[in-house]
Amino acid sequence: MLVFLLRRIAAGVVLVVVVATATFLLLSLTGTDVARNILGESASPAQVSAKAHELGLDQPLVVRYGHWIDRAVHGDLGQSWFTGDSVNQSLANTLPITLSIVLVGMLIALVLSIVLGTVAALRGGWVDRVVQFAAVLGTAIPSFLIALVLAVVMAVQLGLLPATGYVALGTSPSGWLQSVILPAVALAVAATAATAMQVRGALIDVLRADFVRTLRSRGLNTRSVVYRHALRNAAPPALTVLALQFIGLIGGAVVVEKVFGLPGIGTLANSAAVRGDSPVLLGTVVVTVTVVVAVNLLLDIAYGWLNPKVRVS
Amino acid sequence: MTVPETAAIPKRDRLLRRTLRDPVAVACLVILALVILASLAAPLLTDYAPDHSVLSDTLAPVSGAHPLGGDGVGRDVLSRLLYGGRTSLLGGTLAALVAFLVGGPLGLVSGFYRGWFDAAAGWIINVIMAVPAIIVMLVVMAALSQDLNVAMIVLGVIMAPMVFRLIRASVVSVREELYVDAARVSGLGDPRIMRRHILPVVVAPSVIQATQLFAVAIGIQAGLSFLGLGKASQASWGAMLNDGFTNVYTEPTLLVWPGLAMAVTILAASLLGNAVRDALGTTETRVVRRRRPGPRKTAAGGPSPSDRLLTVEGLRISYPKPGRSGGSDGSDGDKIVVDGVSLTVERGEVLGLVGESGSGKSQTAFAVLGLLPNEAEVTADQMSFTGKELLGVSQAALNALRGRGIGYVPQEPMSNLDPCFRIGSQLVEPMRKHLGISRSEARTKALELLARVGIPDPERVFKSYPHQVSGGMAQRVLIAGAVSCDPHLLIADEPTTALDVTVQAEVLDLMRSLQQEREMGMILVTHDFGVVADICDRVAVMQTGRIVETAPVEKIFASPEHAYTRMLLDSTLEGGPARAALGAPLKEVTS
Repeated sequence: MLVFLLRRIAAGVVLVVVVATATFLLLSLTGTDVARNILGESASPAQVSAKAHELGLDQPLVVRYGHWIDRAVHGDLGQSWFTGDSVNQSLANTLPITLSIVLVGMLIALVLSIVLGTVAALRGGWVDRVVQFAAVLGTAIPSFLIALVLAVVMAVQLGLLPATGYVALGTSPSGWLQSVILPAVALAVAATAATAMQVRGALIDVLRADFVRTLRSRGLNTRSVVYRHALRNAAPPALTVLALQFIGLIGGAVVVEKVFGLPGIGTLANSAAVRGDSPVLLGTVVVTVTVVVAVNLLLDIAYGWLNPKVRVS
Repeated sequence: MTVPETAAIPKRDRLLRRTLRDPVAVACLVILALVILASLAAPLLTDYAPDHSVLSDTLAPVSGAHPLGGDGVGRDVLSRLLYGGRTSLLGGTLAALVAFLVGGPLGLVSGFYRGWFDAAAGWIINVIMAVPAIIVMLVVMAALSQDLNVAMIVLGVIMAPMVFRLIRASVVSVREELYVDAARVSGLGDPRIMRRHILPVVVAPSVIQATQLFAVAIGIQAGLSFLGLGKASQASWGAMLNDGFTNVYTEPTLLVWPGLAMAVTILAASLLGNAVRDALGTTETRVVRRRRPGPRKTAAGGPSPSDRLLTVEGLRISYPKPGRSGGSDGSDGDKIVVDGVSLTVERGEVLGLVGESGSGKSQTAFAVLGLLPNEAEVTADQMSFTGKELLGVSQAALNALRGRGIGYVPQEPMSNLDPCFRIGSQLVEPMRKHLGISRSEARTKALELLARVGIPDPERVFKSYPHQVSGGMAQRVLIAGAVSCDPHLLIADEPTTALDVTVQAEVLDLMRSLQQEREMGMILVTHDFGVVADICDRVAVMQTGRIVETAPVEKIFASPEHAYTRMLLDSTLEGGPARAALGAPLKEVTS
């Protein structure tokens, strides 16, 4: 198990480096004159070249890359070209917001998908068909469209919850929940739909397994057979799907943040993309991929914990 | 030598026809056609250019000139909706097309040749899939171009891994098929094999995935333009949503039109994909739930003798033919697997239930335990255990009996233990329930049982997971579990078939000694007359759902009455334990 984890961590580090390098190269392809963009049309050519020198843009690509990676390894992701703000600081400000909505969304998806998948698998008949149909709709509709509907109906029309803004968990837990719940629900829909179908399928398969029949032959009641034994066996494949969904949730958060006016990492990435602020954009990519790797690692551990064949070997 | 061609062309035709029979699919196609037509005919339907802004028309109300009003900067909403449809449809198509052009061939080659190419492709794909698509799109649009169509082409590349995975998986599974082997042996070249045998298999799932990618791409494109990316001259539903959201407090209807257009298009595409999947028949099996009919009681059976454990009279089991949902019990469309079986088991008696696979012997055993699948229809004149009715009673009543009154030993040891729980806990749980004893008492008893069934190191096995013990060991664990709550009747379904020959005799010895020491009745389901001779008192021979002969074991071997019994005996005694499958059994004997 330890060797397995170390290998996964190593693979994750390689992944982050590869993605960061690819992003760096891609952003260096930009044909536009960055220094000119920053200073505006009125700046003199001398000012522009001075700015370019200040940002290190006059150096060859390899040198710039080496410089960036050297600082990044030491935990410094550089400064914004436009505001001069530390990228680290910007990320530290925005990451908690994005993580809040994404992780609450994951939690909602986890709970709801188990409930819906189990009900569909056990009930069968029209309940099953309704859940399946809803799942098709749920996976298809983009999360930001759901976010728009939620924002307009729940916040603007009914005024039940705040439409925009973020309250830190430390400031007010209830305020935090209120500011996070609508975006989290919007993000959770697709993940719930996909995972619920996986839970349903896995549970149907497990309930047909020989050992379930044998457990029933021992006189164990349905509750124990289904909720203790069958669900436990159906959990690992569902977890795999949920891990894949997490990447989708992070992506969805970029747009959903805008709908709810949350200054999260997506908003940061968006404004950086519009301005062409490469260091900030690069920083958001690195952090996003790192979070994805970290969450996948956690889910790997959970997977191993649920699956004795991985844990005990 | 000619290689059998797959019936691909007619199959595809059938798929199309079956899809078109589904009203949902037809509705989706009509909707998509309307959206496409409306977008193409945009210049005919509106006089305004989508980016023509008239300041006085800002948030203009619905009028003859502006059928859907004006937006936040005075552009015609209808015009933007129609031209925006072009952007969405073109974007979705571009992305799906590129995804297939990139992912398809790579998946085909990767799945067909495997090797280093497959490994490398798999690695690159993991990298691509680890980054959220929309973040990559932000980077790409910042670096390359603000054109949404360029962005959609890049999105196609990002989505290519999904196509790659699908195609690769399909190819890998087909490659293992015998007919592909046959084609290769007969000297068909690789390109020919791919075209003739592999492409047809890949087409249908590709259609389904194309609709999904199309829908996803439309959503991501709208998300990007909602974020304010893309050229201002490119009308798009996402940009309209952005404008509507800016004016949400004054003119919320501006959100409705693009939102509706997007939702309808995306849903039509995904539901269409779903309908194709249904038509393919690859949809997951529906869960059947059906009340099991109660016992068909005729004249009440006389009071059973006190030593009688099990009485089964006129047991009949049938399954509805697939595709038929309703149906009354026993109607002619059902498949009857057990037809009027009657048997009894006395206390301390071992009854052998013998027959070929498919003769209904296992079904009979499961019916007694109440463990047949939900869709099985079970009726009997009488089926009772020590006078208690078994048919039509509640699950709770059955659960009180199962394990406690009737124990069950399955055939295949490894698949009959829950892989997620330790062996000990699987033994302890039923004992605590039935015997009402504490955890530590149950643990002591379980360890004793494990020692009793001949496990040399009970402590270790108690703590082990099923995958850590051997098959013979697992079967001993299952026997221990079956007798743990001191049942009066043991039902063993071919308990030695899946074991090594050396272990078979030991396990059989164990079962016989347990049966004798606890004076249990036993039903031993088997096809092996060697086992029957070893352990049984009486034998019931089953053929195609009926019992053809019941007799004491000596008589069966000495003077079998029924021709089928004689045939079974001959094949066992002469051919040894390895019994050949018999196609037309009766003819061989009578001729």
